[in-house]
Amino acid sequence: MELPRGPAATELPPSHYSATRAAALAACYICHRLGSPGHGLAPRTVRRAHRQDIDGVGHKYYLELVLEDITDNDRTVNCTAEVLYHLGNKNIAPDVQFTTEGELQNTDEADNIFYNRIKSLEKELVAENIPDSHGNVSPEMQPIQLLAWVASGFVIWQNSTENTKFQLAQIKHVKQVKRSDEYLEFDYKILLHEMVSQEIIPWQMTVLWHPQHGVQVTQDSRQPKHASE
Amino acid sequence: MWLFLGIIFSVGTLIPGKLSLKLQYDGDQVLHIVPETFQQVQHLQHLCSTLLLDLWKPLQPEDIWAGEDLHIRVPAPLVQEVKDSLAQHMISYRVLIPDVHKLVDQSMPRERSNHRQVSESYVYTQYHPMEEIYQWMSQIQKSNSELVTQHYLGKTTENRTMYYLQISQPSDKTKKIIWMDCGIHAREWISPAFCQWFVKEILQNYKSDPKINRFLQNLDLYILPVLNIDGYIYSWEKDRFWRKNRAPYMNGTCYGTDLNRNFNSSWGTKFQVFQIDNTSVGVSYNCDSEIFCGSGPESEPETRAVAQFIKRKKNDILCYLTIHSYGQYILTPYGSTTKPPSNSEELMHVAEKAAAALMEKYGTSYKVGPTSLILYNNSGSSRDWAHMIPFSYTFELQDNGTYGFVLPPEQIQPTCEETMLAVTTIIDYVGQKYFPGGAVMLTSSSLGLSLCLTVAFKWTVS
Repeated sequence: MELPRGPAATELPPSHYSATRAAALAACYICHRLGSPGHGLAPRTVRRAHRQDIDGVGHKYYLELVLEDITDNDRTVNCTAEVLYHLGNKNIAPDVQFTTEGELQNTDEADNIFYNRIKSLEKELVAENIPDSHGNVSPEMQPIQLLAWVASGFVIWQNSTENTKFQLAQIKHVKQVKRSDEYLEFDYKILLHEMVSQEIIPWQMTVLWHPQHGVQVTQDSRQPKHASE
Repeated sequence: MWLFLGIIFSVGTLIPGKLSLKLQYDGDQVLHIVPETFQQVQHLQHLCSTLLLDLWKPLQPEDIWAGEDLHIRVPAPLVQEVKDSLAQHMISYRVLIPDVHKLVDQSMPRERSNHRQVSESYVYTQYHPMEEIYQWMSQIQKSNSELVTQHYLGKTTENRTMYYLQISQPSDKTKKIIWMDCGIHAREWISPAFCQWFVKEILQNYKSDPKINRFLQNLDLYILPVLNIDGYIYSWEKDRFWRKNRAPYMNGTCYGTDLNRNFNSSWGTKFQVFQIDNTSVGVSYNCDSEIFCGSGPESEPETRAVAQFIKRKKNDILCYLTIHSYGQYILTPYGSTTKPPSNSEELMHVAEKAAAALMEKYGTSYKVGPTSLILYNNSGSSRDWAHMIPFSYTFELQDNGTYGFVLPPEQIQPTCEETMLAVTTIIDYVGQKYFPGGAVMLTSSSLGLSLCLTVAFKWTVS
C-alpha cells in the first residue's frame, strides 16, 4: 500500500499493541459498514502497520490486515485501512478509510430469511443473555447476535481512542420495536469489554436494519455500571 | 413437549446403543408453522408427503388446517431445503427445537447424577462450578494416589481453602518444580478448565507419551486449578463478568482487588501514555476499577498464599506459568517496563516454539512477546513478580474476542488440546535444559530398556 507524504511513517511490529488496537478499530468500522445479521467480520491478523505522527492533528495508522468471517473463520478478507486518531478532542471519532480485496460473501438469502421471519412474528422478539453464561447461542438467535456485533462496531468506533480496545462481551437484553415501515428495529442493552482498563461497560443502542439498507445505529448511550454489591 | 420426547425415547430404545440415537437426530430441527391460507396448507401437505417429514402435530397431513399449529421435525440434511421452500412460498416458521439430538441428550439420564458426583466420568468438556472442582481434586488424588497429592496452600478472603495438586513421579531423585496456576481472574472460565484438562492429560498419558514421561523424571508439576476461588464462585452465582477477588473495601460499599495487580513487582506503578492525553493506565488505586491493585502489595490473602509458597520454593521452581483468557497470547515479562529481562532472547525463543507447536493442531495463531509491547502496561502482575524464576509466562487462551470470556463449551476441547502442546513444549524444554542427557525415551514399549539404561548410567556416574 502506498504511504503518504509528510512526516515519516515508522513501521510497527504487527503485534505491537498500538497496531492491534488500530486494527481492531478498523475492523469494527468495516464490519459496521459491510455487515448484516448474516455476515460479521472480526480482525484476524495484522500484516503490516505504520504510524505517522502529524503535528497538531494526531496519530495516523496505515494497516494491512486480514479479517475473518465470524460464522466461518476459514473465510478471510484482505483489507487495507487508514486510521487517524485526532489529537486532544476525545469527542471526535477516529477517521477510518478502508479498502477490501475481492468479493465479500453474499448473504442475501440468509438476510432475507431472517428479515421475513422477524417481520412475520406475531409478538415482538425479546431475548436475554446472548450468549448465555456458558457461551451458548441458539441457532435462531445467531442473526440477533451478529446484528449486535455489527451495530456495536459503530458504537466502538465512535468511542475509541489509542488507549482503548473494545469488544462486544454479551447482549444482556434485546427487544424488537415494531415499525410501520419496512425497517426492523431492535433495542439492545449490551456489555462492552474494554481491554486496557478491563472494564465491562453497559451500553444501550437502537439498531435499524433492512436487507437493502444495511445496519444503522440511530441512538446509543453509555449506561451506568451497576452499583457494586 | 414431553410427549414428543416420549416418542423419541421409545423410538430410541428400539435402536441399540446411544450411538445410533445420536446419528438419528443430530442436527434435526422442529419447526412451528401456522399456515395462513389454503394454498399454504396444500404446499405444506405436499412437502410433508414428498420429503417424508415427521409430523409431530398434527399426526397426519390431512389434519393440517389454516390457523392451526403445525410442528414438523425436519431431518438435518433437509433443513435448508425445507426452509428455502417455506421462504419461497412466504410461509413463516419458528424454530421450536434447534437440535433434537441436543435436547434428547440433555434429558437423558447421565452417568453423573443430579448430585453431580465426580468420578472417572468427569466431563472435561464442560465448565464446572467450584464445588465440583473441589470434589474433582480429591477424586483425582484418590484414583491416582501413586502420583498425585493434594496440598493446602492458604485461605481466601471469604475463608475458603486453596488447594494445589502435586504430580510427582515416585523416585529418589530430587526434582525441580513447574508451577501452573489458573483462575486468577474469575470470569476467565476456560482457564480453570485448562488446568483440569492438563492434569487429566498428564495422568492419562505419562506412561505412554515419551515427552511427558521424560520430563516427569526430573520435574514435579504443581497445579493450582483455581486461584481466585471466591471470585470464581461469584461469577457463577452473581455476575458472570466479575474479575477480581471479593475483598470488601470502603466499609463494604466496594468489592474486589485485581489479584494480578497485587503482587510485589513495581506494585502500584501507573503509566502515562502518549503525549496527546494524560490518561494513566495499567493499574488503579480506586476500588471501583477492575484493575484495582489493593491497599498494598500482597494485601490479599490469595496473593500472599501463592507468593509465600513460591518464595519458599524459589530455588527449586524452574518455570512459572499463569493461565488467563482471552486474546491468544503467550506473554513474557514485563508489563511494567519495556526493558527486557536478562534472558529475554531465550524466553522468546521458547515461547515461539510453544506457539508454533500450538498452531500445528488447529491452525490457531498466538501472538508472542512482552506484555508491555503487545498488550498494555501493567504493574503488580504475578508473572512479573515471579521473574526470579527463569521461565515465567502468561498464557491468554482463546478466543480472539468473538466470544471472549463466554467461550462456548464446544471450544474447551480444541483450546485445551492445542494449549497442551504449547505448555508441554515449554516444560519439555526446561526439563532438557536443566537435566540434559537424561534417559532417552524411545517408545513406551522400550520403557524397560531405557530404564535399564538410566540405571546403568546412574550407576556408572555415581
